[in-house]
Amino acid sequence: MTELKRLPTLPGVHLKDEITKISQRLKELGRGRHLDKAVWDKVELARHPKRPYTLDYIENMFAGFIELHGDRCYGDDSAIVGGLAAYQGRTLMVIGHQKGRDLASRTKRNFGMPRPEGYRKAQRLMQLADKFGIPVMTLIDTPGAFPGIAAEERGQGSAIANSLLCMARLNVPTVAVIIGEGGSGGALALALTDRVLMLENSVYSVITPEACAAILWKDSSEAHLAAQTLGMTSADLARLEIIDEVLPEPRGGAHRDHAAAARILKDALEEALRELETMNPRLRKKERFEKFRRMGVWKENGLTLF
Amino acid sequence: MAQKVSVDISRRGGNSLDGAQSCPGCKELLSPGDLSGNSMVCPHCGHHFRMTARQRIELLADPGSWSEIAGNLRSADPLEFFDLRPYPDRLEEAEYETGLSEAMLTGRARMNKMDVIMAVMDFGFMGGSMGSVVGERFWRAAAEAMDTRFPLVVVCASGGARMQEGILSLLQMAKTTCAVELMAEAPIPFVTVLTHPTTGGVMASFATLADVIVAEPGALMCFSGPRVIEQTIKEKLPEDFGLAESNMDHGQVDLIVPRTELKDRLVQILGLLEGGVACALQPLWEEKTRPAGRRGAFAQAFDRIKALANAPWRSSQR
Repeated sequence: MTELKRLPTLPGVHLKDEITKISQRLKELGRGRHLDKAVWDKVELARHPKRPYTLDYIENMFAGFIELHGDRCYGDDSAIVGGLAAYQGRTLMVIGHQKGRDLASRTKRNFGMPRPEGYRKAQRLMQLADKFGIPVMTLIDTPGAFPGIAAEERGQGSAIANSLLCMARLNVPTVAVIIGEGGSGGALALALTDRVLMLENSVYSVITPEACAAILWKDSSEAHLAAQTLGMTSADLARLEIIDEVLPEPRGGAHRDHAAAARILKDALEEALRELETMNPRLRKKERFEKFRRMGVWKENGLTLF
Repeated sequence: MAQKVSVDISRRGGNSLDGAQSCPGCKELLSPGDLSGNSMVCPHCGHHFRMTARQRIELLADPGSWSEIAGNLRSADPLEFFDLRPYPDRLEEAEYETGLSEAMLTGRARMNKMDVIMAVMDFGFMGGSMGSVVGERFWRAAAEAMDTRFPLVVVCASGGARMQEGILSLLQMAKTTCAVELMAEAPIPFVTVLTHPTTGGVMASFATLADVIVAEPGALMCFSGPRVIEQTIKEKLPEDFGLAESNMDHGQVDLIVPRTELKDRLVQILGLLEGGVACALQPLWEEKTRPAGRRGAFAQAFDRIKALANAPWRSSQR
């Protein structure tokens, strides 16, 4: 448990010490609101500094991997890695967000927050895969796209939008796995896929609970409550049919056993690809569109439609 | 990511018709008549005040030509979202304050006699935030454009995804992008107008995926809001950060058009794009006008019906 309570290590996330945590709990209790501790535990597990990242999975899942760099426009963003991997008699394009573990690598990877060139590299690699009929797997693990002046000047919004468009357009089978933090548009930009899988202790949300609390509750210390209200756990998302499958993690969480987590992911990937590869490519693409077309809940003529 | 964009209260010109106000651009005192008679643009310095969706339709559509599409869609509350107030309360208040059913209105209209499909967002309705209804209305507008082969014009004004619908709002980015891709395959001319402010999930989906991106002078357009960036980099932002002019300098928009010229320029752009479509389809048309036998005509009609029935935007009727 003390391990779980390790502080989140991301910028923009207010580091809370134990005291504020406890006082927060007391405040909640005083107000009589029921806070489900399990939800925040999942947020912390998803951000756990020892949780396997994209390159950890790649190392454990594939024998041969060639990383490809650069967007051919501006630079190479280390917050997104991608490349070709040999995988059970076929080639696979693997693209994912990459966080760092120590100060130097965290800075290099920009805490897993991509800039436009990261998304443009991803597009370039996906188009390359499409050209040769290579299936694409993406691994999602980012607090969000980087909010910075230069990133905006180079078109952060348009880079994400075009990444989505590129993914919608692909003729090859595509699978996304949310392996840690699925933070907003920066995460979704790589997750418009035929199948979206999610590791049990990952989260996927429209906004970080901290920012949501700051805006709606006018108090970022209400993040626990925001996390619960937003419904960002794998169980919530499965219920809303946003994701196709929840993958169980090794006991205690993926950070306890990287190799076992990679095996689970590998099996799930194999199953998803086997199913997708037998489909007619045009039908597969059509189903992708229909799946995303169904996303949303609204009332029409008084009826609530899911 | 959804974010609140701080909007100078004085920019909320659209809603404050009760009295005179001073222009944030030139400090000149303006009467409501000065503004509404000039498309909510300051006659002295050209400062563009915010417009409501209804004013926008009045500005762009020929009088009496607007007919709404998907007007019967309303937001549900799938997460039973409750922050300081329940989500349905906020919706009700927004409906009451704006007189609108949602943050985006969609419809058919004519612009200088040109038939178009139009979608107009209103920042006054919960910050123009995109939830399930905005996504679905966008889809239906795109589907209508594909059915009729009329071009699609979307006027954007949004703070981003609607937090109260959580992940469902985020996925509207994917949904609207799929609609854009289907339009691209058709191809249907698709033009967006980015107005103050266009940010977050809207900026990172359909707003920047248009064939031609038009911006209004002085409008803020960015993915991350200025406050979020300031907090992250701990620096004060330059004064022109994210403004239309700065986006123009960095190659992110096609052109900046003052509001008073907006309608004519849009019609011109759409006409040129349509001209392209017409050229591309010309050989097909010529073939079709060739006299065909009875059987040929039947086969052609059959093919057409079959093609329409299988069209991807039709296939998932609920």
